[in-house]
Amino acid sequence: MWSHIKTTWLVFLHLFKRNETVQYPEEMPYMAPRYRGRIILTRDPDGEERCVSCNLCAVACPVDCIALQKTSSEDGRWYPEFFRINFSRCILCGMCEEACPTYAIQLTPDFELAEYERPNMVYEKEHLLIDGVGKYPDYSFWRVAGKTIAGKGKGDARNELPPTEVHSLLP
Amino acid sequence: MNIEFEYIMILPVLLGAMLASALLVWWERRLLGWWQDRLGPNRLGPFGVLQVVADIVKLFTKHDWVPPFSDRVIFTLAPTAVVAGMLMGFAVVPYGPGLYIIDLNIGLLFFLAMTSLAVYGVLLSGLASNNKYSLLGGLRSAAQMVSYEVFMGLSLMGVVMLTGSFNMSQIVEAQRDIWNCIPQFVGLVIFLMAGLAEMHRLPFDLPEAEHELTAGFHTEYSGMKFGLIMLGEYLSLILTCAMTVTLFFGGWLGPDFLPPLVWFSLKTALLINFFILLRAAIPRPRYDQLMSMGWKILLPLTLLNLMVTGALALWMET
Repeated sequence: MWSHIKTTWLVFLHLFKRNETVQYPEEMPYMAPRYRGRIILTRDPDGEERCVSCNLCAVACPVDCIALQKTSSEDGRWYPEFFRINFSRCILCGMCEEACPTYAIQLTPDFELAEYERPNMVYEKEHLLIDGVGKYPDYSFWRVAGKTIAGKGKGDARNELPPTEVHSLLP
Repeated sequence: MNIEFEYIMILPVLLGAMLASALLVWWERRLLGWWQDRLGPNRLGPFGVLQVVADIVKLFTKHDWVPPFSDRVIFTLAPTAVVAGMLMGFAVVPYGPGLYIIDLNIGLLFFLAMTSLAVYGVLLSGLASNNKYSLLGGLRSAAQMVSYEVFMGLSLMGVVMLTGSFNMSQIVEAQRDIWNCIPQFVGLVIFLMAGLAEMHRLPFDLPEAEHELTAGFHTEYSGMKFGLIMLGEYLSLILTCAMTVTLFFGGWLGPDFLPPLVWFSLKTALLINFFILLRAAIPRPRYDQLMSMGWKILLPLTLLNLMVTGALALWMET
């Protein structure tokens, strides 16, 4: 009985406590920088697409909402011909971001993914690709990878030694 | 008091009770929100008051579905029994000196009878729904009724002894010197518990118990039939509070700077808030716990209270 009276009193005191409610449309809640929301594709510091269409994100995706097709440009870079994320399936788990070897696919704190028509939930590459570098401003895959592209031969990559001259190793 | 005036009182009382119970839907949600550190409905109109209107529009436009397996006639009539029983109870409440619909000399008994009638609505709706959960709800309602009705009536007999009348106005007048809540404190506490059980509100909402029985006796109800049941519940909340105020807290008596009607409304509103607080704070007992508490603790306590009150009343007389 005493505990019931005490409970009632304690609950009454909550009348004078601050409300936890965030009045959402007028007042935005604080979203942590690493919050997992809408997915974006980023560019490297040179302004080129980071995505090399390795398909690891599509493989990692537990709900199979990512679809893409690889193609390559004349200078040797790989890039996706199309890149499609179906946000009506996406569960915003962030697996694609973890799987991505080039930091191309990233999740942002934007969670307002509402549409009036279901087909609008399917985002194409033009909707996903942003102009910025996202969370990793300095990283550029093509600058550290050993693959030859136009303007970067063998041994030109960052921290890469020039290729060994095999003939000089002969006894 | 002439007959015409009594008829004139019916409309304001009816409107007031309906409006107050409609407003309570919003106020209760708001208060519960504050007690749970959130806001409650605050979007529609000033402070969200118009939420009531939205709720009413929703209830009226909803598909009123009568399940094909139910007992149609009783299913339709049961909600009206809930509301009618409670509204009848309002007839004997004195809202101020001379402000009442009817001044029965058995007013208190009339109140007890009418609120008990309303329980039949709950019972019958549970039975007529022809559904496991509703039947269980009705069953619990019956079990609850046999355990609380006894000491509910008996807990008020102390007040009757002190006054020497069942007439509500005379009971209020008899509290001019001291409110009944002090000499009849035990009776007050027991009546509050019985009242909670009577109006099926949250600590004792066993017939409903949405966590166990989906919605208990009104699982199958939709649209305005459900609205009527809700209305009946809020009416019974107001009626029980008004009765408690009349019987134990001096009714419309109060210092002269406010008119009696305002005093009465203020006290009733305060008590309603207290009941909402109980809803926010106290967990629901099992219904065998409620029954055993009713029969083994509260009934003997009530009888003891009755005996002591009677003995003291006799001793004071001599």
